[in-house]
This record gives sequence, C-alpha cells and structure tokens, in this order.
Amino acid sequence: MCATCGCGGATLATDHSQEGHAHGAQAAYRHHDHPHDHDHVHDHDHAHGEADRDAHLAHVHAPHLNQERILRIERDILSKNDAYARANRARLAQKGVFALNFVSSPGSGKTSLLARAIADLKDRHAIAVIEGDQQTSLDAERIRAAGARALQINTGKGCHLDAHMVGHAIDELALEENSLLFIENVGNLVCPAAFDLGEAHKVVVLSVTEGDDKPMKYPDMFAAADLMLINKVDLLPHVDFRVEACTAAAFSANPHLQALSLSALTGEGMFAFYAWIEARAALAAAESRR
Amino acid sequence: MHELSLMESLIELAEAEARAHHAERIRIVRVEVGALALIDSEALRFCFDAVAEETLARGAQFEIVETEAAGWCGRCGAETPMTTRFEPCRRCGGAPLTPTRGDALRLLELEIE
Repeated sequence: MCATCGCGGATLATDHSQEGHAHGAQAAYRHHDHPHDHDHVHDHDHAHGEADRDAHLAHVHAPHLNQERILRIERDILSKNDAYARANRARLAQKGVFALNFVSSPGSGKTSLLARAIADLKDRHAIAVIEGDQQTSLDAERIRAAGARALQINTGKGCHLDAHMVGHAIDELALEENSLLFIENVGNLVCPAAFDLGEAHKVVVLSVTEGDDKPMKYPDMFAAADLMLINKVDLLPHVDFRVEACTAAAFSANPHLQALSLSALTGEGMFAFYAWIEARAALAAAESRR
Repeated sequence: MHELSLMESLIELAEAEARAHHAERIRIVRVEVGALALIDSEALRFCFDAVAEETLARGAQFEIVETEAAGWCGRCGAETPMTTRFEPCRRCGGAPLTPTRGDALRLLELEIE
C-alpha cells in the first residue's frame, strides 16, 4: 500500500526496473498534487427529538451513547476517481499532451496496434505509453522495443485502471510538451468503461475473431468510446464476422461513435487511424488555446 | 466485476463520515444503484460483509435502493424511463436514448450510533 495516500494494489514498473514499485520516496513528495474532494457532508442527525433525549437521561444512559443518528451523504462512489481524472486532464492540457485510453477484451491486439502506430509515428510525434495489466511487464517491453517510453502499471487483482494510478504514472513519465500519450487499459470489455482516466477519448478495439455481436453484449463500453477500431481485418476471409452488423450494433449503443477497420499486422487501414489521431489532437490543441 | 473495489471505496467513505461524527458503529448503510450503473446489486451485497469486517460497518445492514434510469430521445425530445441501453423511447419508439440519469452508484445515508 502506498504510504502517502493509502492507495492499494497497483504497482508501477518504470523503464529501469521491471517489477519496481514507484510508491517510494520519489512518489511521496508529489502527494500534495493529489486532488482532494471538498464536498462537505451536512449532518441532519436529528432523528430523535427532545423527548428521546430526555428519556435517555432518565434511564441514566450516558449522553450521546446509543443515540442513533442518520447521516445524509449523497456522494457518488466514483466522485473520487472523477476528481483525479479532472486533475489528470488539466495537467495533460497544460502540457498539450493528447491522451487516448485504449480499451478492449484481452487478445484484441491492442499492444500490437500500439507498437505498429509507434513505429510509424515516432518520427513525427513524441509518444509515451502507460500499460495496464494485472501482472507482468511484457507489454511495456514490447512498446519500448517499438521505440516509445513506456511505464507498466500492474493492477494485481484490479480489473481496470483508475485515474489515481494514471496520475502516479503521469508523474513518473515526465511527459514532453505536445506529445501523444497512449494508455492501454486492462483487457476487459466491462469495468474500464466506468472509469474516466482524464483521457481525451476512449478508443475501443474489437478484433474480428471475437464476433460481431460484442457491441450488443457489452454496450456500455461502446457507449463510453468515441472511436471503434475493428482490428485483424486480414482474417475476415476466415471468420464469420459481418463488419456492417458490428458497426450497426455499435452505433445503436452510441450514435456519436466513429469506426475504422484496420489490421495492425498488415498495416491495412492504419493511416486512416493516424489521420484520426492527428485531426483530433489538432482539434484538442485548438480548443485549449481558445 | 469491480464491485469489490467499489465496495472498498464505499466503506472507506462511510467509515470516514462515521468517524467524523464520532460514531461508535454503523448500523445501516444505504446506497443507490442506478439501472445503468454497471453494477450488479447481488454482487455488491455479496462483497459488503467481506469488506465491512474489521470496520465500523461490521454487522451493519446493507440496503440497496435501485433507481430507474431515464434517457433523452433525440427524435421526439421526451425524457423517458429506460432499463437498458438499447431500450427505445416509450413515447415515439425512437432509439437510441441518451441517458440523463440512473448511471450512478451513490452512498445515500448512514445510520450510526
């Protein structure tokens, strides 16, 4: 557990240590960057009237003992995550960093897709990657081999990245101005939908080997994303996957979703994806200057 | 799937509030689960006892108030009840609806003593 903020489980592995834990002295001094919720709770604890209080006294009960009270709280459980996400978003905007949060089930080809994108884009953009997995630094190593800086977060039992872990990772990475940040979430088509990390957009990756009914079965992830990438289209002749049925289902969960088909293996369709990234990054930069 | 980690956040929040009000124990924890909250109420209930052990909420009653979700229909402009993301507008049959409420997991209140 992190001694400074009490965060559990997740560990960060940096470029220098594969299984290291960044919650040491290095991370400690940054504790004051953390957003804190300033929601005040108002106590409406007058469930028992004067009569009750008198009765307690009459029965020689110590005052305030056995006194039932009701606290109205009305706080969203994700409000803490959302506060961290807002802080991350502000820090990224300040540096002009364009961040994408890649979500999918395990095995959709997220890491291969990122490795290919890094190899193709690294001469034009500084790129850093935050890799989320329950265990191992295998993905971060693949990303480094492709030519980008990478930091691995191991969530342990956790099924998703949260904004607090990503905030620590942003501290560690010391991002360059006007760079790209790719966040590869834990492979899971359910939970990461609910957690804002401070990214500009969620990008959902779906491979043709998974079946075209995934948007029907897991609509929340497709509703949370702004772009859907249908990956491994080089395998389309060999699988029963209808691209139109898949996109129709995804659009019915989210009419604002955009969709691209590509193959990280052959490179087919990758340039349309790069054009999307650069257009969206330019738009985000223009908006933040306004 | 992440009910356990949400329950840990929930109990942490409940315990902090209870301590701030000098409670000796929490008797009832009441939460709201929206129909579109990505939360399974039964899984949440299952996690409660495990997480509450060794906290002020040990042995407390855990009450779930399930709330209906509503969405805005882009075709007729109505706000209409919805229970799933794919449900069409109950007024005009238009789809999809844009959810306007019912996607939260919220700690509503605590009964403490």
